[in-house]
Amino acid sequence: MSGWEAGAQLPAHTYTITRADLVRYAGASGDFNPIHWSDRVAAAVGLPGVIAHGMLTQALAARAVADWTDHAEVLELGAKFTSPVQVPDDDTGVEVTVAATVQKVDGDRVTLALEVTSGGAKVLGRPTAVVRA
Amino acid sequence: MSLGPDLVGRSYPPTAPYRVSAEKVREFATAVGTAYDGPAGPVTQVPATFPIVLAFAAMNDFLAAEQVELARIVHGEQRFAYERPVVVDDVLTAQLTIASLRQIGGNDIIGTRSEIHDADGALVCTAAATLVHRGADA
Repeated sequence: MSGWEAGAQLPAHTYTITRADLVRYAGASGDFNPIHWSDRVAAAVGLPGVIAHGMLTQALAARAVADWTDHAEVLELGAKFTSPVQVPDDDTGVEVTVAATVQKVDGDRVTLALEVTSGGAKVLGRPTAVVRA
Repeated sequence: MSLGPDLVGRSYPPTAPYRVSAEKVREFATAVGTAYDGPAGPVTQVPATFPIVLAFAAMNDFLAAEQVELARIVHGEQRFAYERPVVVDDVLTAQLTIASLRQIGGNDIIGTRSEIHDADGALVCTAAATLVHRGADA
């Protein structure tokens, strides 16, 4: 893989998260925190409703990175979970969009500045991936 | 309940050795929508966030040791630095250390660092997490 240039924008990918996805992710990750499946518990701890696992949102960012880079080796990945993604109890769910700009190319290390939004608002703070291109 | 400052620097015992199976990776990849065709390929890469399975187990052990209720924890930040990709048949352990602790508005902001090693003791990945422990009034 070559031809990465700083400043290049990568095509956005949009994914949907439903309650069923939260259940599937809970099982796969081992994160059974009830704030990700119980409205009752979410409300009891002061959340607006059931929220997606931050790690599911980050995993979707990593999914976009894998798509853009044809599964290049990821050297670093990180983000702050700045704004919870609320997932309604319906079949439609909520959309999360992952876009990126190539921030830096340093030898075979390519740094991607990601932008992860839901409903037009950023949900991850400074999401970044470094891949070996 | 607030956590005490003496927690900083404390390490917890490593998690039990965990063997990465193709079935588990497939389950995780399906859950996050990433392509994965198993160790025979063509797409052999384990999803980048897979080490959270280990890091989360270490976090659960820490919460149990300190009697913190999982439902009061919200994940604030997660960073991974990979020494090498995780591959099927890796046998991994995670060891969590408390890196920092501060209180803001009745919440504990807990900085954790989990080092994930393979069966040879080589570092595979460092997972740094910030956990927000929501206090009773928060």
